[in-house]
Amino acid sequence: MYRIVEKRQLSAVVWEMVVEAPLLAAHAKPGQFLIVRADEVGERVPLTICDYDAERGTVTIVFQPVGASTEKFAALEEGDAFADVVGPLGRPSDILDMSEEELKSKKFLFVCGGVGTAPVYPQVKWLHERGIQADVIIGCRTKDLLFYEDKMRSVAGNLYITTDDGSYMHKGVVTSVIDELVAEGKTYNHCVAIGPMIMMKFCCLTTEKHKIPTIVSMNPIMVDGTGMCGACRLTVGGEIKFACVDGPEFDGHKINWAECMKRAQMYKTQEGEAKLRYEEGRTHEGGCGNC
Amino acid sequence: MGDVLKKIPVREQDPKVRGTNFDEVCYGYNEEEAVAEASRCLSCKNAKCIEGCPVNIHINEFIAKVKEKDFEAAYQIISKDSSLPAVCGRVCPQETQCEGKCIRGLKGEAISIGKLERFVADYAREKGIKPEVSCEKNGHKIAVIGAGPAGLTCAGDLARLGYDVTIFEALHKAGGVLTYGIPEFRLPKDEVVAKEVENVKSLGVKILTDVIIGRTESLDELFEQGFEAVFIGSGAGLPMFMGIPGENANGVFSANEYLTRNNLMKAFRDDYDTPIYKAKKVAVVGGGNVAMDAARTALRLGADVHLVYRRSEAELPARAEEVHHAKEEGIKFDVLTNPVEILTDENDYVTGIRCIRMELGEPDASGRRRPVPIEGSEFEMECDAVIMSLGTSPNPLIASTTIGLDTNKRKCIIANEENGATSRDGVFAGGDAVTGAATVILAMGAGKAGAKGIDEFIRKKYA
Repeated sequence: MYRIVEKRQLSAVVWEMVVEAPLLAAHAKPGQFLIVRADEVGERVPLTICDYDAERGTVTIVFQPVGASTEKFAALEEGDAFADVVGPLGRPSDILDMSEEELKSKKFLFVCGGVGTAPVYPQVKWLHERGIQADVIIGCRTKDLLFYEDKMRSVAGNLYITTDDGSYMHKGVVTSVIDELVAEGKTYNHCVAIGPMIMMKFCCLTTEKHKIPTIVSMNPIMVDGTGMCGACRLTVGGEIKFACVDGPEFDGHKINWAECMKRAQMYKTQEGEAKLRYEEGRTHEGGCGNC
Repeated sequence: MGDVLKKIPVREQDPKVRGTNFDEVCYGYNEEEAVAEASRCLSCKNAKCIEGCPVNIHINEFIAKVKEKDFEAAYQIISKDSSLPAVCGRVCPQETQCEGKCIRGLKGEAISIGKLERFVADYAREKGIKPEVSCEKNGHKIAVIGAGPAGLTCAGDLARLGYDVTIFEALHKAGGVLTYGIPEFRLPKDEVVAKEVENVKSLGVKILTDVIIGRTESLDELFEQGFEAVFIGSGAGLPMFMGIPGENANGVFSANEYLTRNNLMKAFRDDYDTPIYKAKKVAVVGGGNVAMDAARTALRLGADVHLVYRRSEAELPARAEEVHHAKEEGIKFDVLTNPVEILTDENDYVTGIRCIRMELGEPDASGRRRPVPIEGSEFEMECDAVIMSLGTSPNPLIASTTIGLDTNKRKCIIANEENGATSRDGVFAGGDAVTGAATVILAMGAGKAGAKGIDEFIRKKYA
């Protein structure tokens, strides 16, 4: 069992948990993910690793409850345990393969959308520990959904925050901030974007325009996460890739986004039913006359 | 007493009924039937059946005990050579192995060795009889990667020789393909697989789940932790696809995904959270045992199922019994047919497949007649899900994270067939990780060879 040692609500919709998983914590690297299962009947849910502490033997996960499985996670309290936490999975981030000179020669820009802010943090921290200041843009719908502001500020170079409704700092979406920074004369030659698929797609369209190579972290539907089921396949540069073993990070300019977005919808009906079953104990309201 | 040339028939669930549930298809023999079947055995001195068995079970001896109604003794004889008799009795292709060599089979039908093995193993389980361990612990630590048929067999054999064995399993449950791949209706998970895993543990084997060697820990770290040898039985890997248009559409699955959702993740049960795609008409592409499993699973989940295979029925790689069961249950076979494109609607959901008719040409490298497309014979088949069952390529995780472990061009780990030795000293391998997708019993044979290789390696080291 994998005990939850800390649980924190980061925003109205986002939770952070620090979980005991010593072997995983000792081997985790920025960019990798893990798989969590709440209980014996639970799904295997892939989540990007948001922090790790080898000495303490813990990993940090951040999630937004969107379906029955993640609702179950949110219902667990400190002292409770997950049935399974397995990983680290996937390849570590590309920045880990870069030499010191290469790292020093790069101008990094990280773009975070919503819950994607959390997995960006260990990458920026990793660079900070090596004396490299990366610029970071955090975008969210409204101020109440913002989290990790101070944490990110402590490791980032410049931190730009933007809200869709203008309730805090810039008003607008992350792509408009990228455009503004480039217009101001800032140059970047390595961008990492993590967030909702739609945000990553538009971020890539923008950076392509500015010729900034961009890496994204994909989180497609998975079952085992170890390179067995093929559910997580996506098309990158015309080739089939498996996010669990070839990714989760890919060249965002080469991804077939339309296909990825459609594939993410595959179980929407069942997921909706499962959520109703979890929350209300039934899926039928009656009265529609269709059943 | 029936006709001595004929097998005692085995009772099965009615095809019409079983098509709607996941309960086991075959009921197996009862005591009376088992003794009657065992009595047909000629008790050959030079028993050919043993040669046909990849793990060389002393078949003539255990059948003799069944004849005498000493079922416990029969179980202990099997247990000496096999850690998973209740599994093998159910899923081995006996017709081409032990039963294929049976002298009784020269004139009449071979002895139902598989059904007798199953009876003995089930009897032992129901009576709580455990495999005997007689030897002393020798204190040498061995690591086994993967708790599938190869790993469990290797671990069981090594434990019987006195080794201190730990299995590292990537998934949350032990069993490998027995758990995630083969369906409940052929191999019950709680009653059969979990119990056989318990039997292996009762020999002193430790099983750690949720540990992915190559990620959670590297193979080299295992040596640092004091393991003196490692057996890699990491099994099958990434599923193959055809490379035709539309293959990433919603509703196209690998057999691995479809079966894992249903077997490991129990999507067929309401009390589990796992979703599974609800399809009305399913096309399963492929002709192996896995294709039959996927087809029969889809049927039980309520679909009309067509099996699409590019060669003719005679070339189907699946066991005859599986094909027979699939047909009985109402799976339709579209042979000499090959998909060329998956058709979709505007939202990228599957609406059908475009196929081409095939004919058989000259034999190819496998010795089977090569299927050749018939020009102009394309047609469309309506369906809302497609399950690709075309085999797998080995899991790349360990080979890609371990220095000095040689692989061949198909990415399979290169290992000696006799003892499982790889290019790295102290590292042994067997099963699908070495051969590519094969059968449970061949993986068990490789696990056995690996255990022998490791024992020799350790003995030599301390000689």
